[in-house]
Order: sequence, then C-alpha cells, then structure tokens
Amino acid sequence: MSVSAISQIRLPFLMGNNLNAWSDALAGLTLSWFPLGLVIIAAIPLVFIALYALTYGVYGERKISAFMQDRLGPMEVGKWGILQTLADILKLLQKEDIVPTSADKFLFVVGPGILFVGSFLAFAVLPFSPAFIGASLNVGLFYAIGIVALEVVGILAAGWGSNNKWSLYGAVRSVAQIVSYEIPAAIALLCGAMMAGTLDMQQINVLQSGPYGFAHFYLFQSPIAWLPFLIYFIASLAETNRAPFDIPEAESELVAGYFTEYSGMKFAVIFLAEYGSMFMVSAIISIVFLGGWNSPLPNLGSVALYDWTSGPVWGAFWIISKGFFFIFVQMWLRWTLPRLRVDQLMYLCWKVLTPFAFISFVLTAIWEIYVP
Amino acid sequence: MQELGMAEQGSIRVSRKDGNVVVIEKDLATEEMVLSMGPQHPSTHGVLKLECMTDGEVVTSAEPYLGYLHRCFEKHCEVVDYPGIVPYTDRMDYLAGMNNEWAYCIAVEKLLDIEIPRRVEFIRVMVSELNRIASHLVAIGTYGIDLGAFTPFLFCFRDREHILNLLEWASGARMLYNYIWIGGVAFDIPADFNKRVKEFVDYFRPKVVELYKLLTENEIFVKRTKGIGIMPADVAINYAWSGPMLRGSGVKWDLRRNDPYSVYPELDFNVPVPDGKFSDIGDCLSRHLVRALEMEESLNIIEQCISKMPASDGFNPRSAVPKRVRPKAGEVYARAENPRGELGFYIQSDGKSTKPLRCKARSSCFVNLSAMKDLSKGQLIPDLVAIIGSIDIVLGEVDR
Repeated sequence: MSVSAISQIRLPFLMGNNLNAWSDALAGLTLSWFPLGLVIIAAIPLVFIALYALTYGVYGERKISAFMQDRLGPMEVGKWGILQTLADILKLLQKEDIVPTSADKFLFVVGPGILFVGSFLAFAVLPFSPAFIGASLNVGLFYAIGIVALEVVGILAAGWGSNNKWSLYGAVRSVAQIVSYEIPAAIALLCGAMMAGTLDMQQINVLQSGPYGFAHFYLFQSPIAWLPFLIYFIASLAETNRAPFDIPEAESELVAGYFTEYSGMKFAVIFLAEYGSMFMVSAIISIVFLGGWNSPLPNLGSVALYDWTSGPVWGAFWIISKGFFFIFVQMWLRWTLPRLRVDQLMYLCWKVLTPFAFISFVLTAIWEIYVP
Repeated sequence: MQELGMAEQGSIRVSRKDGNVVVIEKDLATEEMVLSMGPQHPSTHGVLKLECMTDGEVVTSAEPYLGYLHRCFEKHCEVVDYPGIVPYTDRMDYLAGMNNEWAYCIAVEKLLDIEIPRRVEFIRVMVSELNRIASHLVAIGTYGIDLGAFTPFLFCFRDREHILNLLEWASGARMLYNYIWIGGVAFDIPADFNKRVKEFVDYFRPKVVELYKLLTENEIFVKRTKGIGIMPADVAINYAWSGPMLRGSGVKWDLRRNDPYSVYPELDFNVPVPDGKFSDIGDCLSRHLVRALEMEESLNIIEQCISKMPASDGFNPRSAVPKRVRPKAGEVYARAENPRGELGFYIQSDGKSTKPLRCKARSSCFVNLSAMKDLSKGQLIPDLVAIIGSIDIVLGEVDR
C-alpha cells in the first residue's frame, strides 16, 4: 500500500481530518522571532518522562514490587507514602555533587547527559496521539532504532570516566549487550515495518486503525507476528538493561555497574534516562505491534465502542496505557527472575534471538507477498 | 618447528627458536587486572575481601583475605568463665546462635560429665532446628540475591520472621539468644509454644514448595548454578568440608547421624544428598538443593520433638545447671552439626580455674571457605559470585 493511498483513509475522529493537528498547530506558534511552539513540543515529552518517572516509575515500581514481595513499600511520607518520591528528589537535590578525584571529569559529567539525551531523543518520533508527534519523520522507526545507540556512548563515558573497575566492567558489558541486542530488535521491528510498508510511526498507527479494534493490530494480522513481537520484547529488556538482563548494573556482581560512582542529581539523571528508555521501548512495541494510539475495543453492531474510544485524547490515553502495561510486565519480570550470566546473555542474543528474528523476517515477507 | 619458549615483550608476542627471537604476533597488549572484591561488596556476605586477578571477565585466581571481623573470640574465652562464653558463641555465626551455643555447651558438659534432663534435650533440638531453618532461609534468600532474584529473599525473610518471633518468645532475643546454658536452658519454653511451633510448621510446609518453584526450579537459576564450582567428593573431604557443602558433593555425612549427640538417635529424619539427576553432584546447585531439602527434614524433626517432648510438670530447666563451673583438668573436643557444617569446640581446662585454659573453635565457614582459591580458578566473575553464595559464609564465624 503506497503512502498516498494511506493519506486517503478517512479518519473522521481526527480534528480537521488531519494527522498531527496539535503538533502542527504548535509548530506554527511563534512569539515574534522565538519558536515557542517548538519548545513546547520538545517540553511535552520531557515533562511526561519526569512525571511518569516520578509517579509510575519510582513510586509505582516500589509499590508493585512491594506487593509482589508481601510487603507494603513506602508508607511513611504522606498517605500510603505517595510523597516518598518527592522526598527522594529533595534529598538528591541537596546532595553534594561529587566528582571522584581521579575520575576523568569531563566524561564523568557528560556521561549521564548523553545517556539521557539518547533516550529522550527517541521520544521525538513517538506519536503520543493521532494529533501529536514531536517530529513526523518518514523514517521514524529507523530513527528510533538508531538513536538509542547514543546511550551506549553515554554509558561508556560514564563507566570509563569514573575510573572505577566495577564501572568499567559495567560499561564494557553494557556496550556489548546493547550493541548485540540491537540486531534482533531491529530485525523484529522490521517485520512490523514490512507489514506496514512504511517507517513513519504515525502511518504505522494509521494502518492499524479500523472498526474491529484490536483485530487490526499487527500482532493479530499475521500468524507469525507474535514471534517478532516476543523477540523485540526480550531484546528491549536487554537494551534498557532491565532484569533478567540487568547485567551492566548487576548489583550483586558489579556493585552498581557503570553508575557506581554517581550520586546526587547525576544519579537521578541516569535513572531518568533508564525510565525514559523503559517507556520508549514499551511505546515502540505497542506502536508497531499493538496499534499504538488505536483503541483495542471493537465496534459491536450499534455499540460503537471503537468510535467512542477514539480521538486525539483517547489516543494519548491508549498509547500511554499500553506503554504502562509493558512497563508493568518489565517490572513483573524484574521481581521474578534471576539474572543471566554475560555469556548466556550473548548466547541468547546471537544463537537464539537473531536466527529466530531472521526466520520471522523471512516468514513475514512470504506472508506479506503471498497472502493479500 | 618446535617452539622453545614464549615470552611477552610489550605489545609484541615473540617466541624464541634456536636462540633467535622471532616475532610471531603483533597484538594489543593485555594484562591481568587486580580486582578487589570486598570488603565492601554486596555479595561477599559481610566483610570478606577477595583479591581477584582478572583477565577480562575471567578470574584467574582469587585469594580470600580474612580478619575484618576478628573479635578475639578465643582470647576472650581465656578471661571469661565458662557460662560467660555462651553469649560470645552467639556472635560467631549470628544466623544460627542456638546451634553455636549448643555446640559449646555440649563440649563443656562433656568436660563436666553431667546428665541433661530429657525435656531440655528436646527443647534444645527444637530451637536448634528452628534456627537451622532460619539460617537456611537466609542462605537461600541471599543466594537468590547473588544471582539477581530479589523476591525469594523477601519471601525467605518473611518466613524467617516467624521463627525469630518464636525464638524471641522463648529466649527474649531475636538473634543472640543466650538461651542454651551449660547443663540446661535459660527458661522453659512458654506455654502453648509447641502449639505455635506446630502452626508454624503447617504454615511453612507450603512455603517451602513455593520457594522451590520460584527459585530452585527456575530455568535461569538452574542455568546459573548447574555445573558451576564443582567440588569432587574426595577433594571436599581433603579440604575438611562439612555440612551442606560436603553433602552437596555427594558424601552422606551428617554429625546428627554419624556422630550422634543429644536425642538425635531417637528422631527419624533423612540426610539429603543430591542424586545427580537435577544437579551435577558437587556443584552450586547441589549445595543449594541440600539446604532446601534440609529445611523439610528440620520440619520433620520439629514435629517429632513436639510429640515426644516430656511434659513440663515440675520441670526446672536449670536443675542440672552447675552453680560454679570448674571442670577437672583435661581437654575435650565436641562437635555439632550446624547449618553451615561441623562446629567444634576444643576446650582445655587446668582443673583450678573457672576459666578455660584454651578454647578453640573449629569453624565450619572458615574451613569451607578455604577451598575458595581452588574453586574460583578460571571462573567468570558472575560464577565467582555464585560460588561464594553457595558456600554460605557468615563472616562472624570465619573471623571469630
């Protein structure tokens, strides 16, 4: 299906029949010479990451893990401990900004920044709603896969700059892991891109719209799609250094891996980057395989559930919910599974995930060519 | 073309052939890195320091450095009278205080040659087996953490809390009990204690199965531990290993059976050893498995204690406690099966003093740890962590 055909699909629930209506409007907003709208567009994902990391990322994870482990979690600060994260942030802000004497000061300071930028840049191409996307690139998916590699630079800078053996181990492991797992992850995403015939994130979503809700999602559109879906999910765990692949920061082996020497706000920035990447991969998997901002509810005769739950605001709700669901699965796995060993991790990547990713790639190609 | 020798000169690898130096490979120079693991490291279980020579992720040798927690136990014993040593033994293996006290009391009682009331023996068995479960729960839980599984640890601590509450009820302390005295116990167990213990046993049995499913049978856990750190039975015996470590190597050796003390001969329990089906004999998984299975055996022992324990009518827990401990001149060695292996006390008395002339503790952890250098050779760093965790050391007992 060509791109011109896509744009002819009628999307009556969109404002002015137009994708990206909000972001386009914002982009046109200027304050004399100052491009205020562009700044707001960039600020929206930033504020989102900060808010979600504070609420769901830190507090939510602590509570979820607590309930999985038969305990209560934070309970002291505020009702049910809801102010705990704020207290933590205040504590981190007050901390002395320590740079170890023998550290490479430039790399040490710059590392967390690069790390955060790497995970934040990918938010530019995440369609948060049918009406909002930071940058409507026609190679959005490719950009998202590629920009994540920037994190590696940050991790290596942080690990090397710390001048700590544990940090170095963590950084070396992390780089090997992320670079390796990008291959199965990218191939698995290519399966989705192949089904869509486009790399434009917004268009991938549009193609999964339809009155039958979830039945239009790529996960249910082909009998092979579950395989790249699963491969990408596993690979994304490794890319974001989440358990059971949290080998770079393996606390019981490497103390804290590449951020052993970090404290205070630099530590907070590293964590923010981690939570950013968690949402980013969760959003990408829901965009490519689970319809992104599309409502999963189907129209049932006159009960038009799909139509009722579609629209720019609903779209934002759906994609964030789907992202949060996958983050929940990540947390669930983290608090259930032990950690793999470095060589087992590489074995899984090169001898299991990569061949299966190729197989799913070929099968998806055959399916797309021969099955209309 | 026989190469007579290799030498590394900077970044150029050369070989000497017929006295001439021939360059065979130009390569990036690699050198081994010293990695000090500990004394402040999350998985050395206290203040153990391992100085590892590492080649990338491979540990070429690991040397344990001890003594960070040395508290002069043996020297203290020479200036404290016999009953006063009991609290110090608590602080050796602080996860199994009851077992330590008991081993020490057995030694002194052997020296004094006193008869222990039967109910006291059953109380001692019961609290020690409870403590053994608590200790194994910590061992299993922290082993999970070493391998990255956090949740089993908290499940273990949740269940351990019940045991600590029971022991606190009996002795007044949670970990450092001073409950087993020379010739008796400090107090009789409270009324209804046996009922509560029975409730705990019924509560805990399903939890053991849950823990087994969550951790022991976990695919990743098995992958991380199976075939790692294999210790053959003969080498284990030569290293004087004992307890779950030795049984993990397939040797059916349990002092409660092989050198029975107290009322253990009357009690019916198995000594679990791995059969080599689920784990490779002598690997980390076997040692973990032995601990997991032993908890169930301890539950059996506790249940038998409850049913066989004589009634408390007119029972004085301190009836056999001597007013003044002054043994005849002589020496004694007594040992008991601790959660971590054989804990022995060698005591020498000069016959005049109320203080021992010499008190030497044969610590199971210390002996088990001595094999570390052998076990760690050529392992990866994550495997090294798995091996330390499977040895299950308590630095309080290693350093004393």
